[in-house]
Amino acid sequence: MTAHHRRHVCWMWMAMLMAVIGIARPARAEDAAMLKTKIYRVEIHGFAFSPKTLSVPAGARVVWVNSDDEPHVVTSAGSLFTSSKALDTGDSFSTTFQKPGTYAYYCSIHPMMVGTIIVQ
Amino acid sequence: MQDNHDSEARGRRDFLKCMAWAGAGTLWLMKGGVLHAQPLGAGVEAGARDASFSFAQISDSHIGFHKAPNMDVGATFKEALALVKKQKPAFVMHTGDLTHLSKPEQFDTLAGLVQDAGVGRVFYVPGEHDVIGDSGAEFFRRFGERQQAGGWYSFDQGGVHFVALINVLNLKAGGLGSLGTDQLAWLKNDLAGLSSETPLVIFAHMPLWSVYPQWGWGTDDSDEAMSYVRRFGSVSVLNGHIHQIQQKVEGTITFYTARSTAYPQPSPGVGPGPGPLQSVAPDALHRYIGIRDVRHVQGKDALAVTDEVLS
Repeated sequence: MTAHHRRHVCWMWMAMLMAVIGIARPARAEDAAMLKTKIYRVEIHGFAFSPKTLSVPAGARVVWVNSDDEPHVVTSAGSLFTSSKALDTGDSFSTTFQKPGTYAYYCSIHPMMVGTIIVQ
Repeated sequence: MQDNHDSEARGRRDFLKCMAWAGAGTLWLMKGGVLHAQPLGAGVEAGARDASFSFAQISDSHIGFHKAPNMDVGATFKEALALVKKQKPAFVMHTGDLTHLSKPEQFDTLAGLVQDAGVGRVFYVPGEHDVIGDSGAEFFRRFGERQQAGGWYSFDQGGVHFVALINVLNLKAGGLGSLGTDQLAWLKNDLAGLSSETPLVIFAHMPLWSVYPQWGWGTDDSDEAMSYVRRFGSVSVLNGHIHQIQQKVEGTITFYTARSTAYPQPSPGVGPGPGPLQSVAPDALHRYIGIRDVRHVQGKDALAVTDEVLS
C-alpha cells in the first residue's frame, strides 16, 4: 500500500466517523421532541376507524393501530399526507400533523371505511 | 310488511347457507337469462360432450394470508388448481386478490404454483389486495395483458367475447369499486362492432352489481357499463371479492360471484364486516372454498356454470 493509498483510507474513516456523528445528533434531538409530543390513537377495528373524527392540536402525532383480521391502508383523500403501507393485524402507522386543517382519509382497500383528522 | 321482508331475507340467507354446504354437484344452465339447476350426473356429462369449450374460474387465493380458518392458503390453492386441471378447460381466469398484501414474494409464490400445476393459459384481473401501495405495478408487470394502458382487455374464444375489467383502482373515499371514464369509453367502443347474438362474458374482481354496498360489495359506475350490454342476448358477469356464491338475473344479464380458494366470508350484513369467517372448523373449510367451471355449448345462448368445492 502506498502513502497515497493510506491517506485515502484514513480520509474515508474520517468521513464515515463524521457521518455517524452527524446522523446521530439530530436523531437524538428528534427523540427528545417526540417525547414531548402527545400521541393520539385511532383504532382500526370491525372495518371502522375509531374515533371516526379526531380533533388534535397542530404538531400532534396520530397513530393508527389495526386490530382487524383484514389488512387496511390509511390513505389521505387528496394526498394531503403520506399514506400508510398495508397494515396487517397488529401493525400500526403514524404521522405528524403540523398544519391546521381538515384531513379526510379512507382505507384504500375498503373505501367505505372513512375518517377525519381535524388539526386545530 | 316488515315481517315479510324479514322472512324473505331469512329465506334467502338459508338458501345461501344451503348453497355453501351443498358443495359440488350443481350444474347451472342459463337459458335466455333464466337459471336452471341440475344435479351433477349423466346430464352434466352429456352437457360436457357437446360443449364447444369450457373455462374455469378461480378467485381470491389471498397468498400470504395465514390465520384462522386457513393457515395454508397455498395448499388449498394447489388443490383448486388440481381440480381445474382435471376439467381440461380451454383456459382459466383468476378474478383477483391473488395475494393478500401485494408483496412481490406473494405474487411470485402464486406464479410458481400456477406454473407447477400446468393448467395452461390463465387470464387475471387484480383485486384491491393486489394493488396496495403501487397501483398494481407489481401485478401488471407479472400478469398484465398489456392491451390497454389501464390494464383492461378483451379476447375471443369459440364465438364468445370475453372482457376483463378493472374496478379496484382510483377508489374514492366512501365509494365502491370504480371503472372510470376511460375504461367505460373503451368498453363501449370494444362492444360496438359486435352483433347482439355474440355471447358475452365480462369478468372483474368486485361485483358489477350491488350485492351489499354497506360492505363495499358493488361498483359505483357499473350501471353505465351494464347499459352497454343490455342489447346482447346472453351476458354473464363473473366476479370474486365476496368469497361466496351469489347470483342474480336481470333480463339477459346474469351475475355470478365466486367462492375463494382461501377462506369464506360472512353472508351480507352478518357480523361487523367482510372479514374471514373464522368460525369454520378446519375439517369443514373445504366445503366453503372451490372453483368454477363454465361450459359453452355451440349454437345455444346459454353457458353452463358449475361450482365445485374442494372436498
